[in-house]
Amino acid sequence: MVSLPTTLNTRVIGSRDIAWLSAGFLLACVPHLLRMPVWISLLTIAVAGGRLLQLRMRGKSVPKWLLILIAVSASAGILLQYRTLFGRDAGVALLVVMLALKLLETRTQRDGMLLGFLCCFLLVTNFLHSQTIPTAAYMLGCAWLLIACLINMQYTGPWPGWRPSVRRAGILIVQGVPLMLVLFLLFPRIQGPLWGLPQDAYAGLSGLSDNMSPGSLNSLILSDAIAFRASFNGNIPEPKDLYWRGPVLWDYDGRTWTAPRIVQSTNDLPDIKPQIEYTVTLEPHNKRWLFALEFPGMKPPRSIATLDMQLLSFTPVRSRVRYEMVSSIGVAYGADDDQSMLSRNLRLPPETNPRTSAYADELRKKFPDDRNLVGEVLARFRNENFVYTLSPPLLGEHPVDEFLFETRRGFCEHYASAFTVLMRAAGIPARVVTGYLGGEINPVGEYILVRQADAHAWVEVWLKNTGWVRVDPTAAVSPARVERGIASALPRSDVLPMFVRGDFALLQRMRLTLDSVTYTWNQWVLGYTPDRQRRFLSYIGFSEATWQTLAFILMVCAGVAILIGAGFALRDLRGVREDAVKKIYDKFCRKLTRHGLQRDVAEGPLDFARRAGQRLPDFAAAIQEITALYIALRYGGDAKAASMQIFRQRADKFSVK
Amino acid sequence: MPAQINAVADQINSVILGKSQQIRLAIACLLARGHLLIEDIPGVGKTTLAHAIATSLGLKFQRIQFTSDLLPADILGVSVYNRDSGIFEFHPGPVFTNVVLADEVNRATPRAQSALLEAMEENQVTTEGETRPLPRPFFVIATQNPSHQIGTFPLPESQLDRFLMRIELGYPDAEAERALLNGVDRRDLLGRLQPRLDAEGLAEVQRQVQQVHAAPALLDYLQALINYTRQTPHFEHGLSPRAALAMLHGARAWAYMDDRSHIVPEDLQTVLPAIVAHRLSPAGDIGGASRSELVARLLQQVAIP
Repeated sequence: MVSLPTTLNTRVIGSRDIAWLSAGFLLACVPHLLRMPVWISLLTIAVAGGRLLQLRMRGKSVPKWLLILIAVSASAGILLQYRTLFGRDAGVALLVVMLALKLLETRTQRDGMLLGFLCCFLLVTNFLHSQTIPTAAYMLGCAWLLIACLINMQYTGPWPGWRPSVRRAGILIVQGVPLMLVLFLLFPRIQGPLWGLPQDAYAGLSGLSDNMSPGSLNSLILSDAIAFRASFNGNIPEPKDLYWRGPVLWDYDGRTWTAPRIVQSTNDLPDIKPQIEYTVTLEPHNKRWLFALEFPGMKPPRSIATLDMQLLSFTPVRSRVRYEMVSSIGVAYGADDDQSMLSRNLRLPPETNPRTSAYADELRKKFPDDRNLVGEVLARFRNENFVYTLSPPLLGEHPVDEFLFETRRGFCEHYASAFTVLMRAAGIPARVVTGYLGGEINPVGEYILVRQADAHAWVEVWLKNTGWVRVDPTAAVSPARVERGIASALPRSDVLPMFVRGDFALLQRMRLTLDSVTYTWNQWVLGYTPDRQRRFLSYIGFSEATWQTLAFILMVCAGVAILIGAGFALRDLRGVREDAVKKIYDKFCRKLTRHGLQRDVAEGPLDFARRAGQRLPDFAAAIQEITALYIALRYGGDAKAASMQIFRQRADKFSVK
Repeated sequence: MPAQINAVADQINSVILGKSQQIRLAIACLLARGHLLIEDIPGVGKTTLAHAIATSLGLKFQRIQFTSDLLPADILGVSVYNRDSGIFEFHPGPVFTNVVLADEVNRATPRAQSALLEAMEENQVTTEGETRPLPRPFFVIATQNPSHQIGTFPLPESQLDRFLMRIELGYPDAEAERALLNGVDRRDLLGRLQPRLDAEGLAEVQRQVQQVHAAPALLDYLQALINYTRQTPHFEHGLSPRAALAMLHGARAWAYMDDRSHIVPEDLQTVLPAIVAHRLSPAGDIGGASRSELVARLLQQVAIP
């Protein structure tokens, strides 16, 4: 028999409960504490620590005015810090501080329960920052503790120790798994800002940008952050073909290459067999580019393709996207580009790099044919003493001149930039293409992992009757960069992120396995998009399901679950299994209920019969008789005193007309 | 036999006017072999009621007026040296009787109280190393003033628990009071009361009360009531197993007086306030309900299975 208290009560909870709550709260906000400004983290820890200290020393409680003062000044501080109280960071900071203060004034069970539930909410906000497996695992642990904590607060008698609560919390979590799966699969997913993260969630995402100046790629090379992963249907192409095309840079001001603001879109994508089919899972980078192997043969959904073969998403990529792609490798495009466009790709700032211009004129005279000229320059890069390094000397006013004729030490962006300038000076339309080259093949998951460190810049030149052709001057200088990746191309003294060099075989293997698990998690858990949900639903027989249909299915499922649960709970509440006599009597009572005679749960049969008899005097005798039979059968000691048949018969026949 | 008990009740009703329910409860308490505590302000007829019960049941009756200087020996008795025989002779105290009326029990010191309460629990008295059994049946009817009155030593919970029932008499209604004012002196009436039963008869009735049937459904209800006090946070402590037994015996006696061979839930509900009110206290000090509110909540919230 379980009797539930009618209201959440004002019972004072013990110091043990407060200590558990404090621990749960602190654990739930540890990831936030590491991210928030120091003063907020310190304030939170100080307040929570103060509460624990107060418990230990049995100190006096904090006066109300002080609480209000701290709350107001902390809010003001957060407002000053973030310039707002809304949004992800400010909102979470406010929540953390206010919960810490709530901890300070928590005394009764009602407060404790509220705080416990709010901590669960705080826990969920961690997902606004990170959705990785370790985060999820950590949060599961915290949730376990918090649930145990909520259970703990329900004990009014002696405490049976922490084991029963922890075990029960574990059982509750396991029982929640089916519900979680139903919600995960069926909860309507609406594309768009409704479920999006607040705006400030995207600060600090790294990736390629729409311009390139000496040293800008350099910082990317030092990052081992993941740019995207790609899995191929079929064999993975050779490393030298893995040019992942990104921003195309047209305009040069003597130092910086910039992408044009607007480029015409096109539907004319190369459709040349053989094509490679693959799927890209792109990490958010807050820009619109979708990366594809050169040259893309289709557009992903919700994106456009431009004349210079960039794929642009309609909106900046702010969450992980997954798209299928086909590409034709080793082709040229845009043979019929018009003159105005080509002339833009010949433009150079006046009076820069005079030596380069002179050299270009000289080359032009020697090689009237464009192809030969390109070959000559590449040969020069290959044969003269050019060095591929991450730490090139700084360049001055005429960077290309200095690079080509003096320093001769540089990185892909230097080579791409110098080569393009040289081509333009010689009258060949050329532009810089940035993107990624290669990637690491993960044999565990059979996909390619591309890191920011794989960022690369190369060149494409326009040849008459052929169109735009890729030329990679870096390949001429350092073939290893193209064929074996960045780590083998650089001298060992150059600093690289730890995971890029494959020095430790075991470590490497572990890392690849781990990344493979993460990839699966991303694919199936985080990548469960509206699109995938639709496909899953049509698989189980609900084709063309709108989110309204989904909501309906979900409500039906939830309704059935609640009914079943309520049935169990009611049976538990009644405690005893009802016997046949009781059933007949209840049926008899229901007949009277229709005449406004509701038997109270705590009303005995004699009292009820008396009341009913007063209300319906004509039937008083019948009611008395049935009640007497019921009492004799249910409470009487003599089994032969009354007959079950007679009771059933009288009760069934009874009716008020 | 229930007819005889009803005759006892009727006779007492003619002395104490307008209190038939309390009188029936008091008789039920004795039929269930429990001790009775009557709590009320002075002058509402506590002592008269105790006297009337003892006389009507045909039992030997002794009265001890508890005062703050009462000693255990005044209750239990003393050994006095007899010069003729040259030995100590035990002179039994007033406790050696069938019905002891412990008047204003909370005016005595805890020491004197405990002497009586020990006799109640053990049905025997131990003085000077010798244990002497008390006569059968043995009842204590104690009266006490509400504890907030001046000069009282409230009985501790453990000792309150030994009383099967605690009843309050309360003021009589206007009609009963007018009859009282018009009638003859109550003391004269007491002297004229006739015993309607004797000790053997009472023992037989008590034996029959024990035979009253408690069905599983009824025990379910009893346990539901007990569990409610143990599981909901309104109560400082839940009811003890002794309280559960008291509820069962009380309900049996009530059912017997209603001339039934089995208990119905109403019997339990009727005797419940008198049996549990003095054993329950509200939890904490925040928004604490009074004891009678607690009992009312218990009766309303627990469904009859």
